[in-house]
Amino acid sequence: MGQVRILVGTSKGLFVATSDEGRRDWTLDGPHFGGWQVMHAKGSPADPNRLYASTWTDWHGQVVHRSDDGGRTWEAVDNHFAYEGDVGTHQWYDGTPHPWDFKRVWHLEPSLDDPDTVFAGVEDAALFKSTDGGASWSELPGLRHHSTGGIWQPGAGGLCLHTILIDPTRPERMYVAISAAGAFRTDDGGESWSVITKGLSSEYIPDPEAEVGHCVHRIALHPSRPETLFMQKHWDVCRSDDAGGQWTEVSGNLPSDFGFPIAVHAHEPETIYVVPIKSDAEHYPPDGRLRVYRSRSGGGEWEALTEGLPQEGFFQNILRDAMSIDTLDPCGIYFGTTGGQVYGSPDGGDTWTTVAGHLPRVLSIEVQTLP
Amino acid sequence: MTGEGAPIVVALPTHLRTLAGVEREVEVAVPGPGAPTQRRMFDVLEAAHPRLRGTIRDHDTGVRRAYMRYFAGTADLSHDDPDAPLPEAVASGDEVFRVVGAIAGG
Repeated sequence: MGQVRILVGTSKGLFVATSDEGRRDWTLDGPHFGGWQVMHAKGSPADPNRLYASTWTDWHGQVVHRSDDGGRTWEAVDNHFAYEGDVGTHQWYDGTPHPWDFKRVWHLEPSLDDPDTVFAGVEDAALFKSTDGGASWSELPGLRHHSTGGIWQPGAGGLCLHTILIDPTRPERMYVAISAAGAFRTDDGGESWSVITKGLSSEYIPDPEAEVGHCVHRIALHPSRPETLFMQKHWDVCRSDDAGGQWTEVSGNLPSDFGFPIAVHAHEPETIYVVPIKSDAEHYPPDGRLRVYRSRSGGGEWEALTEGLPQEGFFQNILRDAMSIDTLDPCGIYFGTTGGQVYGSPDGGDTWTTVAGHLPRVLSIEVQTLP
Repeated sequence: MTGEGAPIVVALPTHLRTLAGVEREVEVAVPGPGAPTQRRMFDVLEAAHPRLRGTIRDHDTGVRRAYMRYFAGTADLSHDDPDAPLPEAVASGDEVFRVVGAIAGG
């Protein structure tokens, strides 16, 4: 019988929820790293007992932890993220030059086939890699040294690299997203990068169709169609069918196309999920109703999923790294809120139950489907 | 003090005790010659407990992190020159060198 494990990163520690494949009854363990902000935790696809967690506080900065037993015990690994070469500057909010300054790790993306290899997306935006299980980190400086790097500007949460996608059919191809620089692709394992923002339009920058400056909130792909990308932007849901070469808006009939996470169904590559948020200034769902929207056509036509979710008085947000899927059949989908709830659906979004109801602010959700 | 006498006593905040796997107070023997300084005291502390690196001082510059404070008795040592001799009462182990998280909320 299969098991599902949810890694819930919160503002005050990591919680681990487990269930059998019914996914209706959950056991909650934690907090691990009580008091630390767990920006993100994720397991290795090659070894589900190998987990990595990014923990951070204003007081003590960054610590990275590793588990080799599925999250029961953890050890701190290297926390030194040193930029390569000339540090240089990016732009500050007011357009003035600002030296690159490491703050924290937003996202950890383990390699698809090697438990000891893991990528880290950091603030100020850069991509780091470890090939020794986190014992040491090296920057892949080609991204930060991209010709546009000097004009990248932070979003409200900082200049953060928050999304890392690895193409399972050609792992030297990766995608990253940076708020508020945009989206980038490498085809050579991170040596060189291309901007992939053609077709995006953002009214909050002087030239709405500029090469960089788009506040990309999240990108997702289905492993069977890695050239098709789905994006939730700071306004607009978009898709690309040529590895980011051209984007098309697919917001369709959504009540708002502002939001943070986006996810793809495990077995239906044209079924995608978003959680519409009222606006960039009002980070809660329209009408105080928590509705996940599902499209079975890769965007354009959307349906509200509400059964089991609060339909009045809900004024919380769902952050960009706080939605994830399992790979059981039917596919399960999970998300966490800034009010500390975790909701899960064992049937692709048709019905929802509360996995955990009273946690600290949920920063990230990752799901592991275990044998 | 040259490290031949009593060690310096450093008190760590909760998160760092957990991270380093130590009790509230850690003894730090700073070898001579010369009077112990903040920098040399932290060098010894971090060598004994490598997981503390970067959590009190910056990895590369050794500068105190913005939300960390250093107290001893009623004195605030946060802004002392890290290469100046520590106060005699701290260097002798009579006064605890307290590493404290600033009142930053959250």
